[in-house]
Amino acid sequence: MSIYNVFMLLAGLTIGSASMVVISKHPVRSILYLIVTFFLISANYVLMNAQFLAIVNIIVYAGAIMVLFLFVLMMLNLSKDNEPKSPIIMTAAACIAGGSLLTVLVASLRDAVVCKSFVPAVNDDQGLVGILGKELFTTYLLPFEITSVLFISAIVGAVVLTKREKQIID
Amino acid sequence: MSIEQLVPLIIALPLIGGFINGVFGKKLPKVLVGSIASIAVFSSFLIALTVFLQLDEAVKINLFTILNLEDFTLNARLLVDNLSIWMVLIITGVGSLIHLFSMGYMSHDEGYYKFFTYLNLFIFAMLILVLGSNYFMLFFGWEGVGICSYLLIGFHYSDVQKGMLNGLAARKAFIMNRIGDLGLLIGLFLLLSQFGTLEYTELADKILIDQIPVTTWMMFAITICLFIGATGKSAQIPLFTWLPDAMAGPTPVSALIHAATMVTAGIFLVVRSNFLFEHVGAQFTQDIMLYVGLATSLATAFIAMRQNDIKKVLAYSTVSQLGFIFVALGMGAYTAAIFHVTTHAFFKALLFLGSGSVIHAMSDEQDIRKMGGLKKYIPITNITFLIGTLAISGFPLLSGFFSKDEILAHALHHSPIIYVLLALSALLTAVYMFRMYFVVFHGEFRGSNHAKNHLHESPLNMTLPLIVLAVLSIIGGMLNIPSLLGGHHWFTHLLNHNVGGLKEVVEVEISNGQTIMIMLSASILTLIAIIVSYNVYVKKKNVPVSDDQIKGWTKLSANKLYFDEIYNSLFVKPIEWISEKGHQFIELFLLNGIISFATKTIDRSGELVKKWQSGKTDWYILWMVCGIVGMVIYYLVKI
Amino acid sequence: MVLASIFETVSIQHYIVLSTVLFVIGVMGVLLRKNAIILLMCIELMLNAVNLLLVAFSSYFGESDGQLFVFFIMVVAAAEATVGLSILVLIYRNTRSVDVGIFNKLKG
Repeated sequence: MSIYNVFMLLAGLTIGSASMVVISKHPVRSILYLIVTFFLISANYVLMNAQFLAIVNIIVYAGAIMVLFLFVLMMLNLSKDNEPKSPIIMTAAACIAGGSLLTVLVASLRDAVVCKSFVPAVNDDQGLVGILGKELFTTYLLPFEITSVLFISAIVGAVVLTKREKQIID
Repeated sequence: MSIEQLVPLIIALPLIGGFINGVFGKKLPKVLVGSIASIAVFSSFLIALTVFLQLDEAVKINLFTILNLEDFTLNARLLVDNLSIWMVLIITGVGSLIHLFSMGYMSHDEGYYKFFTYLNLFIFAMLILVLGSNYFMLFFGWEGVGICSYLLIGFHYSDVQKGMLNGLAARKAFIMNRIGDLGLLIGLFLLLSQFGTLEYTELADKILIDQIPVTTWMMFAITICLFIGATGKSAQIPLFTWLPDAMAGPTPVSALIHAATMVTAGIFLVVRSNFLFEHVGAQFTQDIMLYVGLATSLATAFIAMRQNDIKKVLAYSTVSQLGFIFVALGMGAYTAAIFHVTTHAFFKALLFLGSGSVIHAMSDEQDIRKMGGLKKYIPITNITFLIGTLAISGFPLLSGFFSKDEILAHALHHSPIIYVLLALSALLTAVYMFRMYFVVFHGEFRGSNHAKNHLHESPLNMTLPLIVLAVLSIIGGMLNIPSLLGGHHWFTHLLNHNVGGLKEVVEVEISNGQTIMIMLSASILTLIAIIVSYNVYVKKKNVPVSDDQIKGWTKLSANKLYFDEIYNSLFVKPIEWISEKGHQFIELFLLNGIISFATKTIDRSGELVKKWQSGKTDWYILWMVCGIVGMVIYYLVKI
Repeated sequence: MVLASIFETVSIQHYIVLSTVLFVIGVMGVLLRKNAIILLMCIELMLNAVNLLLVAFSSYFGESDGQLFVFFIMVVAAAEATVGLSILVLIYRNTRSVDVGIFNKLKG
């Protein structure tokens, strides 16, 4: 089983589960399919020698964000029945738009010229934590610090937004 | 004080009086307002008298420079020579008498202080007109008196009954004056382009001494334009219909403006420009002036024969006398013209003030058919009015006799036909004036009982000016007594002495025999007229009939020869029609259409674009995707 | 087996196409679904497609900048999901529905 086949399998499964995310009627199933998609994308990362990112992808995305989504979904108590419907014209327009977007993007990227006869570099320890960390804390220190600020603002925002007004009871 | 210091004072005093009355007049007591105005004008008169006695050579007083271009400078400069100072004397002298009269006449009026403000401003503008040393100052004064006349004619614009009519009369006067002003302005432009200067003395030098060649056509154009301006202000055919309508103003206004001063502005203009009119190229203009004056004189004398409003008769007689004077100007008899202007100022002001006194006595009634037998009730007015009527009819040895005779003599010298027509006009003058006198003051009283009970002689401040003017009307003829009777033509020599251009006018030599003949025939005609009028209106007790009983030639006369109606259909109605159509088409359809088209387009396009903003997120995202697709396609296709 | 670079067999074009297809699926999900939560999820899918492409290129050129960029994208995606969901909860509290089609208060 060559790498090529593995890749093709992974790719096919990824596309399939992504489609199921969009298609499936039950919202909980959509979320579960999305989690599967994330796992598959992590597998792709591993193939490309980015092991750290693969793990981080699973932990952050599938582990935290999707759980959050699921949590909210459960809280809102939605099911297949109160799934909103859209008019057929909207569906048609969406399909056409999406299809044309795909066509156009592929067409434009088809002629993407990669510089000359490029020999892909082999860097075995490229995706390792140590190397990434060194880059992160030297070249990209400022964005790193700013992301901490970003997190704080997101947390504060989320808390402030969802706080219930205290009812004053006489 | 020298002349240079006194003359600006003459002009400044009425301006100051007008300013004080205009700003503070509302709060001052009425007597004070009237006195300030009258004293201002009277002081100007006294100062002018002093200057007149001192004056020998013409004096120029430079006030300030208005424009200073490369090839043309315009100065505010005064020219004091015998002509201008004489006009100043008339204006301020008769003006101060009229101010005094107005103190009594307008004493019950609401806008007392306004009236005196306007009167003073009018005197100011008129003084600038006569004292200016270039055509620009004349034009400035010209416009100024036009405005003041508009304000004064329409003075009672808020009167309940006649307010609208007063306003319309004022407007008519202003517009007709304006038509004349256009002619004057074009004339001034032609003068400027031809000679490069507007100063009287410089122009006189250029034409008379340097003999600059001017084409006949240009000279004709200049003089005819100036004459058109004079026609507007001095009410000749075809621009005379405003003057009878202007009788809607208060009587002192009619006396001052339309008898003594403003209407003489046109004549003053022609006399000042005598070197232009005497030029070879302007012969045709002089002929036109002569015939227009003659036609005006006869036509308005005819109309006056059957007018029944006391002021309208006087108005038409003013126009007729002005026609007389224009005939004189057309023959080149400039000094005779100014002489007649002077005597006319005296007796016409007297007649108007007298009629004011009559109207005051009759509690504001102006129709002579409702008067009669007034000599018992208002004796002073009666005597003075009689003197005025005698003067205007040319009764021997009164002022009018001498001045008319001068003009008649020139006419005889020019052409016998003109003389006969002019004598006819003089005869008609005597007839209608005495008609009016006899109907008003003799016979039985025909008015209402209410009016009869209120008949009273006017107060002193109204009768005093009448008496003064009556005396002047009697002795005024002495100014220019011909050598036959022992006089020296003093006035003619006075004007010829230092007025530019007049010396060069060839004086007409009239033999003694001709003078006697003219005098005798004029006297006989006048006496005949008086006797005939007396017969018709006193002996036979003929009374002018009411409006519905008029027939025949009298209808033509009573309806003013239909001049107003002709003008209405020829000019007023077409212009109104055009402006109505213009309003409908251009304004309502075109302009409104364009603007509303623009607004509607913006509106509708806004409505269209609004549909895009549905508020639905999915549509927005769809459009976003479409946009991205479009952009990528664009870059694909371009590359 | 020692993993040499994957790009000796699989060319970069494959990853480009894969990433594009995933992205377009995300876009169509956003257009087709009216449930707000599914909408947010499809946005996450789009972000992941981009992540995939970035890592692919990073691995192709042998530099680790691309992976670090993916790192930051994940950070931002997490923050955005948080805030987005809290807003959604608020809306649900007010309108009792998560249908995107009925939020048309911004209608012009």
